[in-house]
Amino acid sequence: MTDGRDQPALLTEGLGFDYGRERALDGVDLAVRPGELFAILGPNGGGKTTLFRILATLLRPRRGRASMFGHDVARDPAAARRLLGVLFQAPAIDRLLTVRENLDLQGALYGLRGRGLAAGRDALLLRFGLEAKATARAGTLSGGLQRRLEIAKALLHRPRLLLLDEPSTGLDPRARAALWSALDDLARASGTTVVFTTHLLEEADRAHRVAILDRGRIVAIGEPEGLKAEIGRQVLAIAPEPRAQDEEELRREIERLAGVAARLVEGRILVEAEDSAALVPLLSRALGGRIAAMTVARPTLFDVFLRRTGRGFEPDEGTALGRDRGDAA
Amino acid sequence: MTAAAGATLALARRETRRFFRERTRVLGALLQPLLFWAFFAAGLQPSFRLAGGGDYGAYLLPGITILVLLFTAIFSTISVIEDRREGFLQGVLVAPLPRSAVVAGKILGGTVLATAQAAFILVLAPIAGVRPGPLAIAAAIAFCFVLGFGLTSLSLAIAWPMRSTQGFHAIMTVFLMPLWLLSGAFFPADGVPPWLGFLMRLDPLTYGVTALRRLIGAPATGSMASALAITLLFVAASFAFAIAVTHRRDGAHAG
Repeated sequence: MTDGRDQPALLTEGLGFDYGRERALDGVDLAVRPGELFAILGPNGGGKTTLFRILATLLRPRRGRASMFGHDVARDPAAARRLLGVLFQAPAIDRLLTVRENLDLQGALYGLRGRGLAAGRDALLLRFGLEAKATARAGTLSGGLQRRLEIAKALLHRPRLLLLDEPSTGLDPRARAALWSALDDLARASGTTVVFTTHLLEEADRAHRVAILDRGRIVAIGEPEGLKAEIGRQVLAIAPEPRAQDEEELRREIERLAGVAARLVEGRILVEAEDSAALVPLLSRALGGRIAAMTVARPTLFDVFLRRTGRGFEPDEGTALGRDRGDAA
Repeated sequence: MTAAAGATLALARRETRRFFRERTRVLGALLQPLLFWAFFAAGLQPSFRLAGGGDYGAYLLPGITILVLLFTAIFSTISVIEDRREGFLQGVLVAPLPRSAVVAGKILGGTVLATAQAAFILVLAPIAGVRPGPLAIAAAIAFCFVLGFGLTSLSLAIAWPMRSTQGFHAIMTVFLMPLWLLSGAFFPADGVPPWLGFLMRLDPLTYGVTALRRLIGAPATGSMASALAITLLFVAASFAFAIAVTHRRDGAHAG
């Protein structure tokens, strides 16, 4: 296929979706370049799953457009689907079929058959270390192997864009590491574009670029390092002494002493300064008795999220968007 | 073979493979109707004969065959609810396939299973004193395939929008089972109260039972031509219903 070579792998413009009168997505603009490893980071309930389902062609957007290599997902889902490999959060394998039967069925769904299918299938079995399990029922495999089978399935028709929803859900640390090396390889070696949703900061850190989604809107987009660099070099987190004291008053005092903004988030006071470490002796001399602990750390995507939304990275179950969860079929 | 036809066959093959890998399903689908047949035939034989109805085992046989079709249709389409819950269905729905190819695969798989089990009952016919020739058996099996396709379509149309198997069980008890009970499979329409006779005439399965009775030479009333015509109409309507239900797009689970 030669069409869409110069197009963005994924483009959304003003994408919006509502559940009833509740806005789940609003004005989402994204442009993912071919070959990118792209993360959509956000708290649970932020709209990630709704966005994922629209991109996977399972949900029609209410507003705006989404396209893959120039093919509109709503107007021409068949073309988008041919270019798209999808890995769901819930396992999409048939547990009663063997590993090989699962792949053969997947091949048939994508119009592959005969020698071409067998060659592609066997190469994937080898690549994902599944060849010894080819005739085992998928349901008897460990969680990590089942996930590998899912990835193999999603790659069988050589999609140009791989879309993953919370890919490391339910994986142990080793399986998680294997998954990420497979995804890195994929983006590097075959030029496949990889777009994944996650609520895990360390996963988003692995992406070339990350879009942060909160309450249905993109609040930040860029390279993880670039986003973090917008914050002061280091972040100082101060835990107030737990004895009853006015945390807000302590915050104001710290602000005065440090000469930069301090915020109170989830019981901690955070200061972003060019040289946060230098503040430690100063604050401890002035406020020693009222501070339980001080930590200096490099900014993370959490701090980026905090800076952009003014809130911590907690699922807001109570809000309209709290209903956007993986199990909402 | 087109890609869509290949996908349909692969999905149908999945249904039959799964069936044989769940041994309790094989047992349940075949054993329950056989037990019904044995118990009802033995238990109702005396009163049936007393009333001049002839051999009840022979009377019940076509109805039991159709019960097997109905049970298999139900059990093979109920899995669509699990497929959706477990995520398998989503994986199929994002493939570049017309929705009708997916639906046809599911229905075809269920129909093949239903027909195979109905054939198993039909070859037992001589035990009940019904002795159809090989040609009649072949015709009856072909008819079971057609009717099974309709019943599986109907059952799939009901199961598709359901989110829990419990909901489906409720529909099965209040709608699908009465469809069978009122089909003349179980008791003849002669002499029943008018309201019941009316319901029996409305029941599309009545005509399926009549046609099957005629085909294997079991005791029957009613014309073959109209029974066949109405059955074909029912099958076509059920398939159209299944296609319509599965193509409906809505916000919650569109495709």
